[in-house]
Amino acid sequence: MKDWRYLLAEQRGTLLAFGILIVMFAIYSANHPAGFTPNVVQTAANKGVLLAFVAMAQTLVVITAGIDLSVGMIFTLTNCMASWLVIGTGLETAFGVLAVLGTGLLCGAVNGAIVIYGRLQPIVATIATGAVFFGLALLLRPVPGGSVNEDLADFLTGRFFGLVPASLVALLVVVLVVWVPFSRSELGRAAYAAGSSETAAYMSGVPIRRGKFLAYTLAGLLAAIGGLFLTFFTYTGEAAYASGNSYTLFSIAAVVLGGVSLFGGKGSAIGAIFGALAFRTIGDLLFVFDFDPLWQPLFQGVILLIAVSLGAFALFRVRNRLEWFL
Amino acid sequence: MDGAAPLFRMEGISKRYGGVRALEKADLTVTAGGIHAILGENGAGKSTLIKVMAGVVAPDEGTMTLDGREVSFASPAAANQAGIVCIFQELSLIPELSVADNIVISDPPKRFGMIDRKAQRRIAEEALARAGASDIHPRALVKDLPLSRRQMVEIAKALARKPRILILDEATSALTAADVAKVFEVLKRLRSEGLALLYISHRMNEIAELADHCTVFRNGRNVASYPAGSKSDNEVVELMIGREYSHIFPPKPVGVSAATPVLEARNLSWADRLDNISLTVRAGEVVGLGGLDGQGQRELLLAFFGVLRGLRGEVLIDGKPVSIASPTAASHGRIGMALIPEDRKTEGLMLPMTVRENLSFAALDRLAKGGIIDRAAEQRLIDDMVGLLAIKTAGLDIPVGALSGGNQQKVVIAKWLMRQPRIILLNDPTRGIDVGTKQELYQLMRKLADAGAAILFYSTDYDELIGCCDRVLVLYDGAVKRELVGDGITEHALIASALNIHGDNSRIDLGAKV
Repeated sequence: MKDWRYLLAEQRGTLLAFGILIVMFAIYSANHPAGFTPNVVQTAANKGVLLAFVAMAQTLVVITAGIDLSVGMIFTLTNCMASWLVIGTGLETAFGVLAVLGTGLLCGAVNGAIVIYGRLQPIVATIATGAVFFGLALLLRPVPGGSVNEDLADFLTGRFFGLVPASLVALLVVVLVVWVPFSRSELGRAAYAAGSSETAAYMSGVPIRRGKFLAYTLAGLLAAIGGLFLTFFTYTGEAAYASGNSYTLFSIAAVVLGGVSLFGGKGSAIGAIFGALAFRTIGDLLFVFDFDPLWQPLFQGVILLIAVSLGAFALFRVRNRLEWFL
Repeated sequence: MDGAAPLFRMEGISKRYGGVRALEKADLTVTAGGIHAILGENGAGKSTLIKVMAGVVAPDEGTMTLDGREVSFASPAAANQAGIVCIFQELSLIPELSVADNIVISDPPKRFGMIDRKAQRRIAEEALARAGASDIHPRALVKDLPLSRRQMVEIAKALARKPRILILDEATSALTAADVAKVFEVLKRLRSEGLALLYISHRMNEIAELADHCTVFRNGRNVASYPAGSKSDNEVVELMIGREYSHIFPPKPVGVSAATPVLEARNLSWADRLDNISLTVRAGEVVGLGGLDGQGQRELLLAFFGVLRGLRGEVLIDGKPVSIASPTAASHGRIGMALIPEDRKTEGLMLPMTVRENLSFAALDRLAKGGIIDRAAEQRLIDDMVGLLAIKTAGLDIPVGALSGGNQQKVVIAKWLMRQPRIILLNDPTRGIDVGTKQELYQLMRKLADAGAAILFYSTDYDELIGCCDRVLVLYDGAVKRELVGDGITEHALIASALNIHGDNSRIDLGAKV
């Protein structure tokens, strides 16, 4: 086989998610009363980017065959923090941004330490830490409020040259600065290896623990970037329990839609980004058709079921039934 | 050999797993520029020896010296760093990563802190070429490759680490003949380059072609060491035999039953693991499956039990063809089959659940009336079983995981006996249990057969096959190579046919009687 065919096979999940996004967005913008205009794209991008950051965070952990049920709460906590700190002069704002991102890193590192060194199951550990993160958010913002440096917020949620949504550019920068180095680093590969087969990775002398720890820590950072952007869009901080939880659940859906295997070892954050954007578009599709918003969860659920079922076909090829349970 | 200074030496290495002694004061000396073959039966301690060398397990006692300096390895990575690289029997490849990723996994080439993919590709291509496997694309995912290709990747991966000592543990078992020839060329070249190679194989012809020096292991000890070619196959088999204990086996019935076979297979094949197997088991008969570990015995039992898909050939019950689609179908109705699995902890028991619950699982349909379990009937049956098998437990309502290994195994067997099966498949049921319980199981097996059950019994312990079975079928590469009957079941015959030694078998049988 030629190189490009392997490349295609490697990127199949990502390309599929990209395809779904294109189709969904084409239907969306074609039926939008305003049509395909920079304005429509900007609004869609701003909504989608939030989930995209959280989904990237989820991807890092899922690659190690774990799951992070606290990403939505890190997202909420950092939103509340940003509504206190990211304000004032340029220097103060910069310090605030760093503090928010540092908090995200710390949250992720705590998750990683508990799961890897405390040997707790990721699901339980992150449910517990998620509750803690939300508790802290509630202490910071018992009632919604606060504000943000509006110049920075408008700059990052507006458009460059009146055309390109700034939030998409920010997403691209994060991909280049966080994801690409991670996926090409030795520790990133260790995270993949640990997710695919921890025993084989151990036998091959791969630094499993450090790889997984880095994945959890960076997941915290990415969720914090999401929290920061939420503040830029809303100008306030709010410890919203339902919203935090739904971001967690939607991030898992986006990850699966983006071709990342929940069994670990396979997939890319870029796929998850397309998955997140597609998921958001599916959710918005009903509005352009003037359906009752009551239909949205049902519709979104059915589309999601169809999309994830595509991945189950491999089971029909299994010849030893015991492999179903592996 | 020839006065050269040893590269690596192990002295007085011992290792125990719980109460089981895997290595007992074992010694080994490895010289550069030679191929050293390690021989021994299943469970003779070869695998443990290698794991100690490769840093996978730590020895309880003993010393290892490399270049005259004492060393100890805390992890496989540490052993790799010292130049000891092992190709394990259980593959150490990561399925979701590409071939190139896997080859460089322990020390990827880096540029600016990131993995240099061009350099990685180059290293992978070189290593594949050195291993004689340039047909494998470096970008292919390991999980998409067939077993024989994966084995070649494993060899390439080991070579890419530039080892000084290369250990091959049954590395050719999954390879095609053409690949074996290529690998042999590679190994001979490595020897001339001054590497030390340790070669573990059950294939006598391979050892004859490759080895410079041989060491035989038995019961965790090195019992003989000699230059290759100085002993006949027959003498080597003698060295591998020999055990310090013998079991008390129940007497076998005389005369062969002429009844219709209860279980019969005709030309059964599956994937590349089972090859045209035909066999019969009659009521009251104990038929053994012999051969080296992993020659298709497990798959054969799974095939009968309805676990494998895409089976070719025929399975007959009471002379009538049936198609068994699942373990439920196999155990219910008129088939009445039971499989005592190999790994009781994962396939036999729900460890955190109680003894009572575990005992009832397979027979729930018989104990339930209208979907509700009849507690009284359950209790009666459980009492019967606990009495019959003499299960020692502090109570029926404690977790089964708290029982000793032998008693856990009794629970697995009792669970199936609660259905009164007509056909009983046993997959190495005495592995890791004490001698006393083993004897009880032998008695039980004969008792069940006398009561009319048809028993198919796979064991890795040759003594058991000799002591328990009316007939033994020896498997090699997924095919039945030989059938031994009655007095013809000797350790000599079993080992010789398990190794698939060609040539004068009668001479070997003769030797056993001396």
